[in-house]
Amino acid sequence: MALKDYVFKKSLWVFHFGGASCNNCDIEILDCLTPRFDVERFGIKLVGSVRHADVLLVNGSINVRDKDRLLEIYRQAPKPVLVIAIGACGCTGGIFAESFNFAGPVDKIIPVDAYVPGCPPKPEAIIAGIVALINKKKAEKEVEHAA
Amino acid sequence: MEEKIINIGPYHPLQEEPELFKLYCDGEIVKNIDWVTGYNHRGIERISESKTFDEVFFLVERVCGICSTSHPFAFANCIEEIGRIELPDRAKYIRSIIGELERIHSHLLWVGLAGHFLGYNTVFMWAWKYREPVLDLFEMITGNRNSYAMFRIGGNRRDIENDKIPRMRKVLDMIKRKTDLIKGAIMDDPVIHARTKGVGVIPKEAIIDYGALGPTARASGVDIDVRRDDPYAAYPLVDWKVIVEEEGDVFAKAKVRILEMYESISIIEQCLEGLKKEPEGTHYVPVKNIPAGVGMGHAEAPRGEVFHFAITDGSKSPIRHKIRAPSYQNIPTFKVSGVGQTISDTTIALAAVDPCYCCTERMGFAYDYKTGRKTLNGKDLIELSQRKTDEIRNKLNK
Repeated sequence: MALKDYVFKKSLWVFHFGGASCNNCDIEILDCLTPRFDVERFGIKLVGSVRHADVLLVNGSINVRDKDRLLEIYRQAPKPVLVIAIGACGCTGGIFAESFNFAGPVDKIIPVDAYVPGCPPKPEAIIAGIVALINKKKAEKEVEHAA
Repeated sequence: MEEKIINIGPYHPLQEEPELFKLYCDGEIVKNIDWVTGYNHRGIERISESKTFDEVFFLVERVCGICSTSHPFAFANCIEEIGRIELPDRAKYIRSIIGELERIHSHLLWVGLAGHFLGYNTVFMWAWKYREPVLDLFEMITGNRNSYAMFRIGGNRRDIENDKIPRMRKVLDMIKRKTDLIKGAIMDDPVIHARTKGVGVIPKEAIIDYGALGPTARASGVDIDVRRDDPYAAYPLVDWKVIVEEEGDVFAKAKVRILEMYESISIIEQCLEGLKKEPEGTHYVPVKNIPAGVGMGHAEAPRGEVFHFAITDGSKSPIRHKIRAPSYQNIPTFKVSGVGQTISDTTIALAAVDPCYCCTERMGFAYDYKTGRKTLNGKDLIELSQRKTDEIRNKLNK
């Protein structure tokens, strides 16, 4: 646990789970990696398997078919893992919340640590979300030490 | 030798959307490809029936984030056909400008992803870097980088004020120079030639059989483009040409897309000239209500023809709304382009049609409510539909 807490301070490795999304959030997440925003300079890296990841990014509304798969991917992730729900659909279901195929927003299925609203959120907002999460983790750590 | 199955997906770093490919391989050679989908089905057509006409635009925009103008474009054409609404010229120009800017950013995105699939991450980074100024233009015009919420029935929600034109021209000039750069980097690179020439060839007959659309079809010598064949918006008012290549391989598809970007830039420049002649503020006509009727609308998305069909009954929302996206036609051409190649070449052959799974997932399965077992699949539903047609035909013949 202590090692993972140390790791959460910087160089987060991210796994991206795109649910039933419209692709915009996925594209904006990829955009974060490209030269204008370039999150790799902070050590944030997109990895191919959730087993390597510190953070699970979830975007898009979760439909009936995705739900079990999201649970399975969450189960495979090494704990503790941070979960960030990206976009209006990830946070609440957005415009697709009234669909017959909607299986609930992300936080009804797995615990979520941070929300980045927006349709789609700008890359700056996604980076700000991750930074806010890192700061939150640092603050929690300090509280633990003080206690 | 025993046949091996390689599963790609559904959540894998190759494509950002969820989809599952099963490659049936004999050694390194792909013998057959199977495609499993449904991870992205959101029931948009059903939701659309509960929305008002104004709200449907926000919904169809979210069919696909990359073609987020093409779907509203087709839906607007469809409803305006029902209501017999004539647009002012300024509205037409603005629509075409947004549509073509979208084509530029989508093609740049594809060039980048194709480079990424080939292992050319430099191309990926460059193409996406030069895509950013286009998104900045969108932000300036519409207020959002993607999902522009620009269209409404009878025109546009916002005007492009004339004082924004110089800045748009400046960015377009820059994009033109950068397109030259990317064109040079791709067209003259011997490694890219080796990886893409003769790979994933789709013959003209196969394109016609599968009904493939857009750059996929145009790269194989099929000369179709909705913008010219059934003109809408400002396309008949400006001068441009359809890019057609004969080879049908991945290289031809890349070439078609890159050359189309030049055409798009030229269309936008002419539209900006046209915009100056029209008075500001005439970017829409007020529309009171939509009469009952049946309408069809299509638009040329970056990936091909987007087709929308709607039935209205004079109320404030459509009573049936059907969407067909180009990737639905293009993705099955994998069977031609991917089979018989090595696994590594299949990847780029799959990516060459610029598949968009968000667009495609219109078809659901029927499940038995009580047992949860699948009772009908797509094939069964089609058989059901064909049987019904037969019954009706028999009834009419009697």
